[in-house]
Amino acid sequence: MKYERDPERIRRVLGDKVQFIQGDMAVAYGGLLAGVGFFGGYPITPASEVAEGMARLLPRVKGTFIQMEDEIGSIAAVIGAAWGGVKSMTATSGPGFSLMMENYGYAIMTETPCVIANVQRTGPSTGQPTLGAQGDMMQVRWGSHGDMEAIAMAPSTVQECLDFTVECFNLAERYRHPVCLMTDGEVGHLREKVVIPDEEDMELFERVPATVDREEYLPFTASQTRDSKVPDFAAFGSGYRTYVTGLTHNERGFPATDKQPDHERLIKRLVEKISDDREKLTDVERVDLDDAEVAFVTYGASARPTETAVDLARAKGVKVGMMRLKLVWPFPRKEIYELSRKVNKIIVPEMNLGQIYHLVKEHAAPDCEIVCAPKVGGEMHLPHELLEYLGVRK
Amino acid sequence: MINIKEDWCKGCLLCIKRCPVDALEESDVLNKRGVYPPREIEGRCTNCRLCELICPDFAITVLKDDDYKPKERGKLIIGGITDEI
Amino acid sequence: MSEMIDQDQMREKYLRKGMLPTIFCNGCGHGSSLDYVFRAIEELGWDLDDIAFASGIGCSSRIPGYINADGLHTTHGRAIAFATGIKAANPDLNVVVFTGDGDCTGIGGNHFIHAARRNIDMTVILLNNFIYGMTGGQQAPTAPKGSIASTSPYGNIELAFNICELAKALGAAYVARWPIHHPYQPIKSIKEGMENKGFSLIELMSPCPTAYGRRNKLGKIEKLWDWYQDSTILIEDYEKTMSYGTDEEKDRVSKMIQIGVFQNVRKHGFFEEYQKLTDALVTKDDAVRNAGGDGK
Repeated sequence: MKYERDPERIRRVLGDKVQFIQGDMAVAYGGLLAGVGFFGGYPITPASEVAEGMARLLPRVKGTFIQMEDEIGSIAAVIGAAWGGVKSMTATSGPGFSLMMENYGYAIMTETPCVIANVQRTGPSTGQPTLGAQGDMMQVRWGSHGDMEAIAMAPSTVQECLDFTVECFNLAERYRHPVCLMTDGEVGHLREKVVIPDEEDMELFERVPATVDREEYLPFTASQTRDSKVPDFAAFGSGYRTYVTGLTHNERGFPATDKQPDHERLIKRLVEKISDDREKLTDVERVDLDDAEVAFVTYGASARPTETAVDLARAKGVKVGMMRLKLVWPFPRKEIYELSRKVNKIIVPEMNLGQIYHLVKEHAAPDCEIVCAPKVGGEMHLPHELLEYLGVRK
Repeated sequence: MINIKEDWCKGCLLCIKRCPVDALEESDVLNKRGVYPPREIEGRCTNCRLCELICPDFAITVLKDDDYKPKERGKLIIGGITDEI
Repeated sequence: MSEMIDQDQMREKYLRKGMLPTIFCNGCGHGSSLDYVFRAIEELGWDLDDIAFASGIGCSSRIPGYINADGLHTTHGRAIAFATGIKAANPDLNVVVFTGDGDCTGIGGNHFIHAARRNIDMTVILLNNFIYGMTGGQQAPTAPKGSIASTSPYGNIELAFNICELAKALGAAYVARWPIHHPYQPIKSIKEGMENKGFSLIELMSPCPTAYGRRNKLGKIEKLWDWYQDSTILIEDYEKTMSYGTDEEKDRVSKMIQIGVFQNVRKHGFFEEYQKLTDALVTKDDAVRNAGGDGK
């Protein structure tokens, strides 16, 4: 039976409107609310709970859950399910994310909408499986081979795990792109209060179906029904008989690997369909930045101690603020540049040895000092450690 | 009648080799790909359609002639038995 | 077999205009295999709108490109996993996977094993040419011992992978192997496999004159096709010989490749079982709701 989103059934299965749950479970909740019809996953700490939640809840809303044989099979089945006509997602951590890189690129090349939740943990390799990190932020952008864009969100609270998952689905369906939810072991295993949104308060974007005549349909070109570089989608079984391939292809989807202009045209459209919408794909939170002389730029779990540090510093009279990136990719160049014109110094706390720091440095004005505030080893920054970057003693 | 789409043929010659009654031979006219496609030897085909099924390039269509009468039957080759029929 | 559709009608209905000619070399068995699949579908009377094809990477995996139906040309070895997703999303679709010996049993071994074990309802048509043809002729897991390939220039020293035995051991619902030089058995098997509601594997021994034949002194197309004929034996004949034959005969047939239908059983597929589970859970939830509970 093909999955159909039933908002009443979903909320009944999720239970109470206000709950106290883990970040991972909130990701599962977000997926269900968005209308996910297929989840394919593989156990990996600290993301297994997403799969466990899905295993329990998804069949009750008539979706399908399969624990696949490995992460590669998981992302493959997720992409297949998207072409079968449902919203699909998977959840993994660093080692699994690395395994998924080939098919992540395949999803980008074939313009398949899907969501990958990466509950990051320290790396490289097996690292500290139970402890969180933010070490995959560059990987989501550059980890697969070839040229592409990335869309990624970083939640800082359990509520955002739920809300951002819904938003990731909206972005995935709008841009026909695999969107990554970059949580981490800290937020993933944190328990906090979460409020399940009502149907009226939710905005869902559904993939735009192909409606032109079968003979005229071009599956891999700008939309034929509206002004967008994103093609209209024809699910398998809808009669359009689409051929989907990871090879460089022409508008009809057939392999076209011989000529340089064909590849350039395709790749540029894949990149531009996202980069053209940079303004719409920007979402930052500004805290105390109006009169700030120094600013923190951060995202995800690192925003939590940073927020506390800002409060403590302000109490001591330091004019400091925080810009929190909710959408990390595409990187908000304009916002960072404007911020760097206003403040003298930007500090970038991250749970890695400096990844988004490089983007901030690249896009900031030259006379603004950009400071990397790394922390590795599975512990979040402590607020007083961040205060030291401001020259403030606790 | 054996209808050959000459320009689809890639010249594997399997139809000629596999025909049980030797009803096909290599023609002497090159096709667009530079190979000699097969052509029918009149009067032998029994409409078994093996050539049509085997051809890897969909180049052969076997059509039934209603007024077909074989003028000459070739040797029926079945792994060792060569009876004239 | 009923009156067969003729080749002109076949081309019109089943082939994608504009994708031909096929990339297959002359004498390649893949073209014939494609023809057999078309005839099997025609016999079954399926609508091409209701079939989704998936394939991996390699010469075998180019086949769906020529079929006038939905096709997913995926990454190397992963076609079966992608196909599992397609079927999960839309169980009404008939899912057919084209894969090769290297694609399925080399890199894709794990996905093959688990789809068979789960009895996912799909038909896997595995074109075995004993070599990695597309990349120029490297050794494949199914290469016979002693055969030459570009990465085994001194002869293969490994045991050849027996795919059908593995599928049988995993409990796959339908397992068959046929060489393609006789058309009717493959067509019949493909038809049976597609009808079977479970994991069906049809291994078609498909000659590769360019990569395999040339290196193993079987280069002339006809010689290669003859080799396939001479080195295969029907399962029934094999078993008879092993039961009643002389030692010399037993020794001779033990070196041959068995062909025929290895397994043909009716089993519940994964999605049928999953549907039962879902139905039970939903019924329970609805009963709670109707009784005034909160359905938690």
